[in-house]
Amino acid sequence: MFEFDPYLLARAQFAANISFHILFPSITIGLGWILLFFRLRYTFTGDKHWENAYHFWVKIFALSFAIGVVSGITMSFQFGTNWPGFMERAGNIAGPLLGYEVLTAFFMEATFLGVMLFGKSRVSNRMHVIACALVAVGTTLSAFWILSLNSWMQTPTGYTMVDGVFHVESWMAVIFNPSFPYRLAHMMIASMLTATFLVMGISAWRMKRKVDGPATAKIFRAMVATAMILAPLQVVVGDLHGLNTLEHQPAKVAAMEGIWETQRGAPLTLFGFPDEESRTTRFAIEIPRAASYILTHDLDGEILGLNEFAGEHPPVAPVFWSFRIMVGIGVLMIVVAWWAGWVLFKQRRSPGPALLTATSVMTFSGWVAVLAGWYVTEIGRQPWIVYGMLNTADMVADHSSGVMLSTFMGYMALYIFVMISYIATLRYMATKPAASLLALRQLGGHHANQQTQEA
Amino acid sequence: METWLPLFFAGAMGLALLIYVILDGYDLGIGLLLPFATESEKDLMIASIGPFWDANETWIVLGIGILLIAFPQAHGEILTAMYIPVTVMLMGLVLRGIAFDFRAKAVSNRKDMWNLIFSLGSLVTACSQGWMLGTYITGLGETSLSWLFSILIALTLPALYVLLGAAWLLIKTEGELFDKAMRWATRAILPMGLALLLVSIATPLISQTIADKWFTYPNGLMLLPIPVLSTLTYGLMMSLLYRQRLLREGREWLLFAGLIVLCLLAALGLAYSILPDIIIGRMTIWESAASTPSLLFTFWGTAVVLPAILGYTFFVYRIFRGKTSELTYE
Repeated sequence: MFEFDPYLLARAQFAANISFHILFPSITIGLGWILLFFRLRYTFTGDKHWENAYHFWVKIFALSFAIGVVSGITMSFQFGTNWPGFMERAGNIAGPLLGYEVLTAFFMEATFLGVMLFGKSRVSNRMHVIACALVAVGTTLSAFWILSLNSWMQTPTGYTMVDGVFHVESWMAVIFNPSFPYRLAHMMIASMLTATFLVMGISAWRMKRKVDGPATAKIFRAMVATAMILAPLQVVVGDLHGLNTLEHQPAKVAAMEGIWETQRGAPLTLFGFPDEESRTTRFAIEIPRAASYILTHDLDGEILGLNEFAGEHPPVAPVFWSFRIMVGIGVLMIVVAWWAGWVLFKQRRSPGPALLTATSVMTFSGWVAVLAGWYVTEIGRQPWIVYGMLNTADMVADHSSGVMLSTFMGYMALYIFVMISYIATLRYMATKPAASLLALRQLGGHHANQQTQEA
Repeated sequence: METWLPLFFAGAMGLALLIYVILDGYDLGIGLLLPFATESEKDLMIASIGPFWDANETWIVLGIGILLIAFPQAHGEILTAMYIPVTVMLMGLVLRGIAFDFRAKAVSNRKDMWNLIFSLGSLVTACSQGWMLGTYITGLGETSLSWLFSILIALTLPALYVLLGAAWLLIKTEGELFDKAMRWATRAILPMGLALLLVSIATPLISQTIADKWFTYPNGLMLLPIPVLSTLTYGLMMSLLYRQRLLREGREWLLFAGLIVLCLLAALGLAYSILPDIIIGRMTIWESAASTPSLLFTFWGTAVVLPAILGYTFFVYRIFRGKTSELTYE
């Protein structure tokens, strides 16, 4: 009988869990701040529409947050169940960073979420705004710690090794390791963009179906303005992040670009099929010297090729392709955001059917880009779990492939079920007529009926 | 190696897990009781845990987190040995958590499905946690006897959670649901007591290490207050439920308080049975501890943040004090 490799199964399982998990924090980190914005606009302008916007989106926030929490708990256990070797060797560093995430972020967001969701009539307006702010700060702090640990695994500094175990020399050097500022900024903007396009997309969907209220148009405009700034900004931050990666993990960049031989004036491969057997990229469409220019800001800059890292570079094709998907979506985001901005702010028209279709198609584009980006950085780190120091394969738990396979199938079934339910629920909520619309029709009718939604 | 740091973290871990059992215990208990309620009662029961369940669940993350931070060697070994019950529990927790939010937003004809998933998730979580506790007490044993023991605890823990859930409902509800909660509690207290008794008898039988600690002079005598106080608390809870007067006249929190005392005593007994080991008979807390600088770094954070967490948790419970009305985002 065909035997699965338990190591590959452990990786597939962990990858499935972390991929599923990251989708929801990448919404809530951004959406938390967007909700705070709605909440503050309502408080300062007294405009009921902003309150409707808040009420509609806080429900989606609650749902996304819950899935993020429960899949996050799964993560915290899987460090031990799947990679016990990692904790035994790097526990002195990974432990406290994860611990500070729980202590400073998890409790704060989970506790004040209760006040944010159900406490509006029980506390003062000021206290409620503070609760919303604390939830947003909590999600961001959570990102801070987890990205610090992830960055340390990519660019470890501030440690000494004693008998194969990491010991901390400087916490500042561990937390603020060389790739951390870039990765944190890149991920924060990615979360903001994910949430922005989600809110923009669902608003467009509602406008198209004419179930929107006056609040929806306001939300849409605010999100277009946000995306117009953030999408181009992400290109700049992503470029800086790439330069940092070139300095610390040249093999990853070589895989991203599909460059096999070390060369001066390396071409930028737009498209092609990297082939590890022949160690070439087939059918490559190239722009001469462009890769050197982008990466070294010099047309004749030298780029190290994959052949310098024989046996120690990541699998090329997945990194190469993920990178292209991420960049492609980034470009699409800029195009759609600026098109919408041009219609709304320059022509001062309301969005037409084509624009509404384009933005609603982009609803989950952030998810695809976030996943692709994480695959670039995480697959790009292989074969290391701590770059240059610990091999992933040495850290795996000793489970039989039968056990691993059955739990893997169980998790997959669960995640597919949750994902279908999530999208179906979003669709259902987005299709219900807005309460603000109904209120407008009834002229001053305050109590919307149960089957309607705010916004 | 500073000796007090591993002790501090063992204590913090125990505290986090104790708080977890009490807090998530009552909302898992609500999940277990849900099938026995009418439609409108279900909404009210869910509403009574709405603002809290997310934060309640965080305590297990802290408990496991401390195991990972302070005792990385043991963390890997324990979680690898418990791979299957941990996986089952995680799936239960995922189902329970998502059902909670989906049921409030889904199309109304799907509500029954989410109610069922909520209850099943709670049941699976409660049983697998008992299974994990059983595996842990037997020193990660893999004999058929230790399996039997784990099953015994897997059946006990849901009984405790049901009682916690019913006691929580006494505090948060009134009228018919209050009466129902009284009946649920009355029915659950006997099986729970029996199960706890069986576990207390089985524990020293299954583990020689634990038996030696409890049944030698003078230790046995010093420890006598734990079983005596437990029996006393249990007896008082029984009389509370059978006479009902105090619970019905404004002291409805007494049952929950009794359960807290019982859990605390059980935790103390368990701590005494296990310490100074982190895995019974195999590894002490000092052998498995992380390096002192790492522990110190986390110690200062914990010392500052944990009181703050307890403070704002208390604050939020105060905001939502009193009887529950229907759940509203307004």
